[in-house]
Amino acid sequence: MTVANLSTPRSHSPIPVEEVTEATIRLAGDSGDGMQLAGTQFMQTSAMLGNDISTLPDFPAEIRAPAGTLAGVSGFQIHFSSTEIHTPGDQLNTLVAMNPAALKSNLKDLEPGGILIVNADAFAAGDLHKAGYPANPLQDGSLKGYRLFAVSITKLNREAVSELKLSTREADRCKNFFALGLVYWLYERSLEPTLKWIQSKFGKNPSVREANARALKAGYNYGETTEAMPVHYRVSKAAIAPGRYRKITGNEALAIGLVAASKRADLPLVYATYPITPASDILHQLAELKRYGVRTLQAEDEIAAIGAAIGASFAGTLGVTGTSGPGICLKSEAIGLAVMTELPVVIVDVQRGGPSTGLPTKTEQADLLQAMFGRNGECPACILAPCSPSDCFDMAFEAVRLAVGFMTPVFVLSDGYLANGAEPWPIPDPAKLPRIPVRFAPAHVGGNGTSNGNGEAVFHPYERDPRLVRPWAVPGTPGLEHRIGGLEKEDVTGNVSYDPANHEHMIHTRAQKIANIANEIPELSVVGPAEGDVLVLGWGGTYGSIVTACQRAQRKGLKVAHAHLRYLNPMPRNTGEVLKRYRKVLIPELNGGQLRMLIRATYLIDAIGLNKIQGKPFLVGEIEAKITEVLSAEC
Amino acid sequence: MSTLTTLHTLSPKDLASDQEIRWCPGCGDYSILAQMKKALAGLGIPREKFVFISGIGCSSRFPYYMNTYGFHTIHGRAPAIATGVKLARPDLSVWVITGDGDGLSIGGNHLIHAIRRNMDLKIILFNNEIYGLTKGQYSPTSRIGTRTKSSPLGSIDTPLRPLSLALGADATFVARTIDIDIHHLTETLKRAAAHKGTAFVEIYQNCKIFNDGVFEYATDKSVKSDNVLSLQHGRPLVFGKDQNKGIRLHGLNPEVVDLGNGIAKDDLLVHDEKADEPSLAYLLSRMVHPEFPECIGVFRAVERPTYEHVLNHQMEETIASRGAGKLEDLFASDETWIVE
Ligand SMILES: Cc1ncc(C[n+]2csc(CCOP(=O)(O)OP(=O)(O)O)c2C)c(N)n1
Ligand code: SF4
Ligand SMILES: [Mg+2]
Repeated sequence: MTVANLSTPRSHSPIPVEEVTEATIRLAGDSGDGMQLAGTQFMQTSAMLGNDISTLPDFPAEIRAPAGTLAGVSGFQIHFSSTEIHTPGDQLNTLVAMNPAALKSNLKDLEPGGILIVNADAFAAGDLHKAGYPANPLQDGSLKGYRLFAVSITKLNREAVSELKLSTREADRCKNFFALGLVYWLYERSLEPTLKWIQSKFGKNPSVREANARALKAGYNYGETTEAMPVHYRVSKAAIAPGRYRKITGNEALAIGLVAASKRADLPLVYATYPITPASDILHQLAELKRYGVRTLQAEDEIAAIGAAIGASFAGTLGVTGTSGPGICLKSEAIGLAVMTELPVVIVDVQRGGPSTGLPTKTEQADLLQAMFGRNGECPACILAPCSPSDCFDMAFEAVRLAVGFMTPVFVLSDGYLANGAEPWPIPDPAKLPRIPVRFAPAHVGGNGTSNGNGEAVFHPYERDPRLVRPWAVPGTPGLEHRIGGLEKEDVTGNVSYDPANHEHMIHTRAQKIANIANEIPELSVVGPAEGDVLVLGWGGTYGSIVTACQRAQRKGLKVAHAHLRYLNPMPRNTGEVLKRYRKVLIPELNGGQLRMLIRATYLIDAIGLNKIQGKPFLVGEIEAKITEVLSAEC
Repeated sequence: MSTLTTLHTLSPKDLASDQEIRWCPGCGDYSILAQMKKALAGLGIPREKFVFISGIGCSSRFPYYMNTYGFHTIHGRAPAIATGVKLARPDLSVWVITGDGDGLSIGGNHLIHAIRRNMDLKIILFNNEIYGLTKGQYSPTSRIGTRTKSSPLGSIDTPLRPLSLALGADATFVARTIDIDIHHLTETLKRAAAHKGTAFVEIYQNCKIFNDGVFEYATDKSVKSDNVLSLQHGRPLVFGKDQNKGIRLHGLNPEVVDLGNGIAKDDLLVHDEKADEPSLAYLLSRMVHPEFPECIGVFRAVERPTYEHVLNHQMEETIASRGAGKLEDLFASDETWIVE
């Protein structure tokens, strides 16, 4: 549905409006409280109002942790702005806490003097006890550093829907919309998009539809008429390039990008996977897309999933598998097979906190070295990493281009932060997306080889083009019958060979083929001074925080530049040359220093690390502080 | 002869690759290879439509020796890779070659799931009751007490019965045959090829080096007819050199009876490979030497839609009802807005 730009409502209340350039809010409550849904509505509305947005959902690993406990707290953070932004925000201007547990686990992120809206009805002795509060924080003065608004959300919401004769349970289910309405008033948002959404979502259930709509309006009106809050805020439209937009999460972008690439390559997509957080949503998206020629297989495990993807690629379609770190462990041996047989497969790794089961719902960047080296033997594969939710579209597309262009497995290292985070996406024109050329070996090329005992010409599956890429010879093609496998093969013929010199030659050939990819990817670009004191080098999902920190440093007049690697193996051709133009290289990563290890080993540069391994993205301030520290250490 | 094969001209020789065969002399795999070529040559399927996919083991070298498309994959995973091939190209004739270690130990999970999905795969399990390639450790089908390098005092784990397992996973086609029973082997492979859905075939295969003679009771001319019962659909279960013994049901269990003395063929169990329920096939799969003759032939052959058929059907139906997907619709599949 297309919604034209909405005008922000001009309220008639006497309460003053204060114009701010940006704001960060978080809606937090029990995982049964509907915070993800309310947050998504706020994001959608803000995007439609023309703000730039960036969001960060945060939910527990347990589906239904005991209600009211710290383990069950679910939150959704939205940063919205009248200027360009890249992160969900370091600190909250407004926090909505639907219960004591939500208050307890989120308060530390609220700025001093920030707005704190709590559901006062959820602070009975039992609720406080579940959250581990010895005394009621609403009464003991511990919140006096904030602008506290204790609102009887439960009661007011029940009153708002009382005419509809719902059960208490049903009525209470709307209270997230009451809270949302209040925050809409606080930030002068239009109710229209959410009312429309309620209409289409609950169209078949009139009482629920009406209840949610009433709750939303009641929350809004509460803000407008009670004058409980002395001020409210306006965040104007951002200067965004004209065009048609939608909001997109990293997982959505990945799924759509794979389908787009499959269409532009004219290869049907086979997505084989085993459910795992935070990658499952890619399966859910693709399973819905059968009419786009997408086949999905929920395999019995991750090994079968990549096996099926490899089989699908062998048979001439686009085989893709997706998982998270634990699944990559299981796939390792099969990835080696794809490297050895030189078949195109895309392997999506939505990284999460590790090792082992680790932090399933939290983000981390600790699978880089696993993708690089986590297989037996000399086993190079191509590795890409998107840098923002919408970049997941581009990198998925790139992965397909390089996989079929170089007959190789390609990793896409996304992460939990990108997967669930969202931003506006300028919708591309499908006709303008590049075509992905695919050349299957034509029937009858038996002539490229010698003849067998029957006098028949034999096809040579490992006869390479000048880029060292072997032909894609698909079963069913007459004259190309051939055998491939995991055993070392003789150059050109592909016959099993244990010859020592041939083995070394093939190892070098496979490595050189991957290195050749560097000739067909963009060079590394730098934002900021072309040479100078500090280059901040990032990769993957940390882009938003790094770019914002570097901009701030540059505004302060510091000679800081930023470069971001989206191609990790091979790295862009000019990487070494770029790095050498700066006196210091700072590498922030959500791991123990994995890119730094690669950079040091490859370019002999003594890069400095900034490493955070808390399951959370970088705050802009953390990177800014490190830049300052690195600079001051210099003089 | 040209490389482009046509429907009618395929001979077993056309299916032989130029690779030197490296199995030990006397290995049962040679016979299976020869009968496979014979069986496929007569199917009327062009050579380029055959795909052989194997795991790892002596048996899994098989694809190298067939002049068809072939993929020697990794240990145990052949059914998974074959599943992908079949999803991509339902028109191909896809054969999985596996061993008792490959298919039942490391790859057991993939085997049962390929079978339960009823992918249109022909899964041929070379059962030699030993790990051949790794030089003779006991396998999941080794009989209790088998002495090997890894079980010097005799193996102690209960063997799996491959056909019982396949039936437990709701296999639609289950058969057993023997490497040197050339005619029976060829016919069984042809039956498997004709089946639409997963065809699971266990072949008793002699490993000359590490387990020579384990199936002697079933292959030695002097004793085999007393130890092997050849299943025929619709016929009573009769066996023995003089066809004078049979299998009768006693309660829920089979028993061996001698014909005559008041026991007639009418009293015997009658084989029904098409029975809806796999109970009879299961009962037969549990008959083990020396208490019982072991059955060969087709235990079960029933029809059920294949996974790829149903998947493609779902796809066609959504396209028919909602139209083929266009990228512009997909891109705009969420709320959109225009910035001027
Ligand atoms: C991941 C992995 N583990 C172990 C092996 C070693 N290995 C190769 S074949 C084999 C057993 C093969 O036995 P079976 O499937 O019965 O085949 P046979 O050689 O008897 O035909 C083993 C354990 C391997 N290749 N890969
Ligand atoms: S070891 Fe046994 S199974 Fe393997 S080739 Fe030799 S005889 Fe055949
Ligand atoms: Mg074996």
